[in-house]
Amino acid sequence: MKGTVYRIAGPVVTVIDVPTKMYDVVKVGKEGLMGEVIGIEGAKSTVQVYEDTSGIAPGEPVENTSMSLSVELGPGLLTSVYDGIQRPLPVLLEKMGDFIERGVTAPGLDREKKWEFKPAITKGTKVAGGDVIGTVQETHIEHRIMVPPNVAGVVDEIKSGSFTVTECVCKLADETELTLMQKWPVRESRPVRKKLMPDTPLITGQRILDGLFPVAKGGTAAIPGPFGSGKTVTQQQLAKWSDTEIVIYIGCGERGNEMADVLNEFPELDDPKTGEPLMERTVLIANTSNMPVAAREASVYTGITIAEYFRDMGYDVSLMADSTSRWAEAMREISSRLEEMPGEEGYPAYLAARLSEFYERAGSVETLSGAKGSVTVIGAVSPPGGDFSEPVTQNTLRIVKVFWALDSKLSQRRHFPSINWLESYSLYTDALADWYNEHISPDWPLLRSDAMEILQKESELQEIVQLVGSDALPEDQQLTLEVARMIREYFLQQNAYHDVDTFCEMDKQYKLMKAIMKYSDLANTALEGGAELEDITSVKSKDDLSKVKFEKEFDEKLNIVLSAMDKEFDAIRGAV
Amino acid sequence: MKEYKTINEISGPLIFVEKTEPVGYNELVYIKLGDGTTKRGQVLDTSKDIVVVQVFEGTGGLDLQCGVRFTGETIKLPVSIDLLGRILSGSGDPLDGGPRIVPEDRLDINGAAMNPYAREPPAEFIQTGISTIDGMNTLVRGQKLPIFSGSGLPHNEIALQIARQAKVLGSEEAFAVVFAGMGITNEEAQSFMRDFERTGALERAVIFLNLADDPAVERLITPRLALTAAEYLAYEHDMHVLVVLTDMTNYAEALRQMGAAREEVPGRRGYPGYMYTDLSMIYERAGVIKGRKGSVTQFPILSMPGDDITHPIPDLSGYITEGQIVVSRDLHRKGIYPPINVLPSLSRLMNSGIGEGRTREDHKAVSDQMYAAYAEGNDLRGLVAIVGKDALSERDRKFLEFADMFEDQFVRQGKDEDRSIETTLEIGWRLLAELPEAQLTRIDTEMINKYHPAHRAK
Repeated sequence: MKGTVYRIAGPVVTVIDVPTKMYDVVKVGKEGLMGEVIGIEGAKSTVQVYEDTSGIAPGEPVENTSMSLSVELGPGLLTSVYDGIQRPLPVLLEKMGDFIERGVTAPGLDREKKWEFKPAITKGTKVAGGDVIGTVQETHIEHRIMVPPNVAGVVDEIKSGSFTVTECVCKLADETELTLMQKWPVRESRPVRKKLMPDTPLITGQRILDGLFPVAKGGTAAIPGPFGSGKTVTQQQLAKWSDTEIVIYIGCGERGNEMADVLNEFPELDDPKTGEPLMERTVLIANTSNMPVAAREASVYTGITIAEYFRDMGYDVSLMADSTSRWAEAMREISSRLEEMPGEEGYPAYLAARLSEFYERAGSVETLSGAKGSVTVIGAVSPPGGDFSEPVTQNTLRIVKVFWALDSKLSQRRHFPSINWLESYSLYTDALADWYNEHISPDWPLLRSDAMEILQKESELQEIVQLVGSDALPEDQQLTLEVARMIREYFLQQNAYHDVDTFCEMDKQYKLMKAIMKYSDLANTALEGGAELEDITSVKSKDDLSKVKFEKEFDEKLNIVLSAMDKEFDAIRGAV
Repeated sequence: MKEYKTINEISGPLIFVEKTEPVGYNELVYIKLGDGTTKRGQVLDTSKDIVVVQVFEGTGGLDLQCGVRFTGETIKLPVSIDLLGRILSGSGDPLDGGPRIVPEDRLDINGAAMNPYAREPPAEFIQTGISTIDGMNTLVRGQKLPIFSGSGLPHNEIALQIARQAKVLGSEEAFAVVFAGMGITNEEAQSFMRDFERTGALERAVIFLNLADDPAVERLITPRLALTAAEYLAYEHDMHVLVVLTDMTNYAEALRQMGAAREEVPGRRGYPGYMYTDLSMIYERAGVIKGRKGSVTQFPILSMPGDDITHPIPDLSGYITEGQIVVSRDLHRKGIYPPINVLPSLSRLMNSGIGEGRTREDHKAVSDQMYAAYAEGNDLRGLVAIVGKDALSERDRKFLEFADMFEDQFVRQGKDEDRSIETTLEIGWRLLAELPEAQLTRIDTEMINKYHPAHRAK
């Protein structure tokens, strides 16, 4: 179906004389630039083009592919680095050099590469959407080949051996051919049997996150942060250390140099659990801020669709979107080019709907085949001027259950991760209580709420200290301040660049917090017993405690410190 | 090339041309005036019925009878190695009385997005000789590090000092400066020129000047010309190019002016909704490419209206650039040069450019410790204002003193003082030595033993 270009204004192109449906992918101009129909009015259709439109003139040909924007799903996804519309960046580099020229297409999955397919079913099996017909060992991750969601039938023929992603590996009785690859439109969520309540925490190895503000597998979290508050490092830490099988990282409107850093660093990182390169379970999507805006708009959908596909295999997937503000701005930009009536701050009126649609695609689910999988979405928000009342942050907060408030004041003080413990929250703590009870310790929720209470008290006391100085406080309150400082410095502060401290498992977090609370208890008891505050706060084991988190032999060192602490307090008691 | 005499409307910097043959988006346009002069423009919106053109030199003197020619290509900059040493106007014409550039190539001024996969993560330390930058907010090759300043502050001096002193240690590679002035006053332009001539920097510089009384629309292409020249020198001639863009606020104002002229729906404070994307198309043209020798490093300068860092211009810039150097009015009032406030300043690429083998092993620790100590000392100033110095503990007083000494000895330096990184770190250690050693919690004992003046003396 062919038509012609009528009008060009930036990435928005109007085409005529070609029948279109909403979200059809069209090829615009002589170079066949890829675009998507986003509005239809009479014979005219409005198209957002994913590439630079310079030089395109009215009258150039337009072709409608009559397909909506889809991603290719199959073996070869892992380790890939894509742009916002699933063009592999290494292939683009090969085809057109260091700069991204336009009009170059490349399939998302390698068409030549052969994969070893092992069937899991036999002839005559009745299959339906989501059923696993066989497996491909993609990296150390087993790629489960599934029947596409809308297909069902009886297996007539199932093959075994080496295949490319487009070769038929299974034929159904109604002649439907199944390949290793399937396609799925990015703007539609993949179907599941049912959504489950999240009940397992996502272990990130970051103390302030796991310890104080946990997110559940299948949950949603937002990291809003003014620029310069350490958001990127936090997200990269999450990508590196989260205990999910698959990581999808979307750099949406990100800085080129930072993306380069991610692209360089990921392949060198090892997965702490398997020892394999982290990249082997990762898909990266990089659409830097200077790449076409329409592709940036599409990038989050591309990412979440790939995440859902792995979820459907029964995997736990974590998806990081950095940043959803850039995505919202892309929507705003396109909306303003369409001359739509703006909502708040120029954002389109459908901003809230789009954001909630996106976050709703997260979840812990029972897949079509009955397996359990999850997609956890962690979205970064970059509020302009650090103003959390702006529309993107506000609309995001209405949806997500966890909020990790990055604070540039903390980062100026070099407190990392600079997450504000008073403003952050997690609504999953109750839902996860059973899990903690079973896997960590029954007293963990109590420890956490004690710690939070001390931190809260500290902020109240700080107001007084600001006015009169800390010496004017009663001794027990001074001690509270000291314990709060320990929680902040020993527990909350974590060095992402330190070999040991960069990841802290749950058990270690528990022991560390327990040790701080042990000091708190001993100190308070000693104080009540009449000991001098000076003696209590100057015990050496307390300072030693600050260093144990950096130790490889954590348990051993911690025990030494703890028994030293007991001895020191015995001595203090003895002296009274 | 066909000439159309079908302008049907002129509005601000825009003209509307009817009944043309198909015209490409972003095409370069020539407009011939009645008196024989020619102006240039660019296609902003094109359809079969009407073509909208923005005129770079302003629409003064245009009427409906002007002839319009569409060139069929986007705006290109003629480039050659002879660009070095030249002073060009904001639209690329010689201002220095020299001949036109004989082009080796003609490059599209919008450039193309660098494939993120082709980028080399920047990691080479650039020594600027300014302690607050080298020590606390280290610049690396390929970085874009803006100076956030305000009106009446010496950001231009700082930029010039950086342009003069910037070098990569132990490297003798070709180095060039590309300078783009957007909407700067004649006076500022002259002092820049004088400095370039005084220091002999002109011969390795390319200068683009759009002055305050030049058409605002021209400002939209000036930084693009500068970056095209920079990319050419970097990637075709293996040079390390430092690009100084001043003042990006004027650029953003011009962008807003154009948006208003086109009757676009305005975004925050009237700036167009696409300002983020537009700025990123400029800032993102910094970087290092794998396998190529040259690099483009950017030093954009922007004056924050009302010193407000949350204003859309610094705010959006901060989201694209890799940190910022913040010039402080308070420090300036105290008579400190360069009045760089390190607390809100940041270099996001600092960690990859410092440490053993790049600067010195103790660099990060020293920098973190000074940040923390200065932040604490600075907070205490607020307390002292309420309770007086006497109410402070001995420890707090030390930190208060540290903050003063830090500003006086570490921040303050001469306009021609080129401090080596060793000197910068030495000053840092000397100041830190004034604090009780137990308070140096961010520095490993090993480093303290090696570098702390008290230990070295032994």
